[in-house]
Amino acid sequence: MNLKSKFTPQSWPEHPELSTAEGKNKVVGFWIFLGGETVLFATLFATFLALKNKGPSGMEFTTQNLFELPLAFIMTMLLLTSSLTSVYAMYHMKNYNFKGMQAWLAITVLLGLGFLGLEIYEFTHYVHEGFTFSQSAFGSSFYTLVGTHGLHVVIGLAWIVLLMVRNAGRGLNLYNAPKYFIASLYWHFIDVVWVFIFTVVYLMGVIK
Amino acid sequence: MSHDVHVEARSEEEYKYNRRKASQAMRNQVTVFAIMIFLTFVAFATVQAGFSAFLVVPLILLFAGVQVALQLYYFMHLSEKGTGIMQFFMYSGMIVAFTMILAFVTIIWW
Repeated sequence: MNLKSKFTPQSWPEHPELSTAEGKNKVVGFWIFLGGETVLFATLFATFLALKNKGPSGMEFTTQNLFELPLAFIMTMLLLTSSLTSVYAMYHMKNYNFKGMQAWLAITVLLGLGFLGLEIYEFTHYVHEGFTFSQSAFGSSFYTLVGTHGLHVVIGLAWIVLLMVRNAGRGLNLYNAPKYFIASLYWHFIDVVWVFIFTVVYLMGVIK
Repeated sequence: MSHDVHVEARSEEEYKYNRRKASQAMRNQVTVFAIMIFLTFVAFATVQAGFSAFLVVPLILLFAGVQVALQLYYFMHLSEKGTGIMQFFMYSGMIVAFTMILAFVTIIWW
């Protein structure tokens, strides 16, 4: 059977992302990558925790007077919901419902864009207050940590949009099912990192 | 790379059974989502309520840990069979991550 052959919902395998050798390799390889990503973010979290509120003497910026919880709360809700919508997308992928999958991925992308817009708003707001990347060690570590996560969001959005556009006329097959699956894994991982960012950076930041 | 894929066509019964199982699994995912939303609310509420940091910090870190576990095991399907090798790599990453953060918050200071 060819990788690109057409299926019906009934002949579509139960685990399409793992039913080819290529798919299995992709999924395992992607988890190795995610293990590495965990270490990457750990270095940035460690740096942030060590340099939090540290800077030139007389610096007015601290996590307590900088961060606003309502904004972080809305961002958390957007990203958490987008995680669920990509679960829905993978549910339809496994049911061989291509349109359903694309629709849920489109919702995921919209929620991700909302998150990104709020993050850009937040950063420009801080910069206008004078809290910039080079203002202090605290500023550098904050923007590097949260900015790297933001970069992951950008990459994740571009990845999902590219997959949707590239396969729009093609439909689902065993060649692209693993691609969709690992893109959704990446999106979940972005949410995993955000859970720690909102807890460690924002919530622990505003505690006096 | 194998291009010989053997896909067994499912019988009507099997197909219906798998569909039912999948929709049950999807309902579980929504329950998991509800738990995560709830934990997020409680975490924000405890911080807003202004309890002592010695109480709030361990509590919200615990909530974050639970949320991440739910995300990994349910949304990212690590609870399914045959994911041992993936868990091995993920846990290896987490051990390095934990050690690094521990070092930076304890033995490094300015």
